[in-house]
Amino acid sequence: MSARSAASPVASAERLPAALSTGPLTRMAMGTLAMAQAEMRKLRHDHLDIITRSVQPLLWLFIFGTAVGNSRLLRLGSLEYRAYLAPGVMAQAAMFIAIFFGLAVIWERDVGQLQRLLATPLSRSSIVLGKCAGACVRALTQALLLLAVLAVARIDIRWSAVGIVGTLAMLMLGTAAFACMSMLLAAAVKERERFMGIGQLIMMPLFFASSALYPLSIMPPWLRAIATVNPLTYEVQGLRQMLVGVGGAGVVWLDFLVVGAFFAVMLWAATRAYPKAIL
Amino acid sequence: MSPSATEPALLVDDLVVRFGELEAVGGVSFAVGQGEVFGLLGPNGAGKTTTIRVLTTLLPPTSGRARVAGFDVRTESLAVRASIGYIPQAISVDGALTAFENLDFYGQVTGVPRGVRRERIAQAVETMGLAPMLDRLARTLSGGMLRRLEIATALLNRPAVLFLDEPTVGLDPTARQLVWEHLQAMREEEATTILVTTHLMEEAERHCDRVGVIDRGRLVEQGEPAELLERHHSDSLEEVFTEVTGRPIGELASDEEGRLADVRAQRSVARRLG
Repeated sequence: MSARSAASPVASAERLPAALSTGPLTRMAMGTLAMAQAEMRKLRHDHLDIITRSVQPLLWLFIFGTAVGNSRLLRLGSLEYRAYLAPGVMAQAAMFIAIFFGLAVIWERDVGQLQRLLATPLSRSSIVLGKCAGACVRALTQALLLLAVLAVARIDIRWSAVGIVGTLAMLMLGTAAFACMSMLLAAAVKERERFMGIGQLIMMPLFFASSALYPLSIMPPWLRAIATVNPLTYEVQGLRQMLVGVGGAGVVWLDFLVVGAFFAVMLWAATRAYPKAIL
Repeated sequence: MSPSATEPALLVDDLVVRFGELEAVGGVSFAVGQGEVFGLLGPNGAGKTTTIRVLTTLLPPTSGRARVAGFDVRTESLAVRASIGYIPQAISVDGALTAFENLDFYGQVTGVPRGVRRERIAQAVETMGLAPMLDRLARTLSGGMLRRLEIATALLNRPAVLFLDEPTVGLDPTARQLVWEHLQAMREEEATTILVTTHLMEEAERHCDRVGVIDRGRLVEQGEPAELLERHHSDSLEEVFTEVTGRPIGELASDEEGRLADVRAQRSVARRLG
């Protein structure tokens, strides 16, 4: 190795392979988009998947929501409980999709897709971002379906363009963050059976210890303490502020900041741990 | 240090890979010329896949060096990845996408510019004989079709070196023959260098320009198939293997069998391919 002048993993420009003629950011965008597009195409081949996954959030909304709403356990002023619950259910459904994305990732390890991707010029962060984009595609499809149901059922949502766009943006941020968390988990457990158990173990507490179902104010102090550091709480509060005009602290930018920071940390960690760890 | 016409497409020099105590590859050296088909032969657990993982930059070598298409796997890994096609033993196409969508996906992630992607896909489809099944979901394709589809997805970026890890495992003889026919057709068109691993000696004998026999992490013999047969006064590479390793291929020490997850993955792949 006489002239190992290029200590960087990239060779000097004149002898670069054609695939590296575009910049790293372009390649990253291309890779992420490719994975999002693949996910969209898969959904197109399998509509049933979205329908079956929508059953659970709708049960929460119409069975649980109606029961709690009729019992008037929660005093929400003029706000109907189902409207209050809708953003929580939306966030929960997206989180379920994101967290079980890790399962797909383990599956891709067991077959050869992950090895194959790692041997392409895609960077590890684009692989992680691409997976996030895939989860976002699914979560967004489901959110749009849920919004349509809310409209048909005449549940009292604020229909403003800014609110809807903000809602979808917040959902994407949260989904991407939980998808990264799920990839970290996949890197740690590596086996499908164990992932199922641990996934449940993490998901349900995150859901109950958040403001998805009830306001922080009715929680016992210990639960409120947990909910205050739970990123799902901020995601739900942001969504609720934008969709029904009620929030916790009532500052949407703070919710975006917290969920965004959570995403940044998870993305960083997932890029480091996954995908090499899972090989 | 630019890749000259004389630099081999693959250069492996005293490669060592250790996983803790276990030495998976123990000082392997070989070179593969441009346009050659080189077969790495050996039983499961011999170190074939580990060698491929180093050459495809998935695994850093413990020591020694390896150059692929003129680039060092350690210091120029990105350039290596941009110069190769790699088809792992397990299934790498997505069953929930159609054959065309799989091609399009791998075209995108291997950096094939949008302007030429359609054209490249059309060429690969032609070479691998995939035209009638383009719109079918990959999970409905037979094992042989799947392999050809995977090879097609690896050709789109015009790789200098193509790595095929056990490409015919789980295929019936007809499908196996067809995969090789298409590979040969591709070679004639593109002069791509191919490194293929197999435990089927007969296949290597027929289709490889040169072979290397790997056993317990060491390359114990290499040369042209005919040359090896002559040197060991054998009728088949299987006999050559027995001669150089002292035991017939297919016999494994129990510690070479791999973890449960690997075995399970391998079997499920064989089932889906079969």
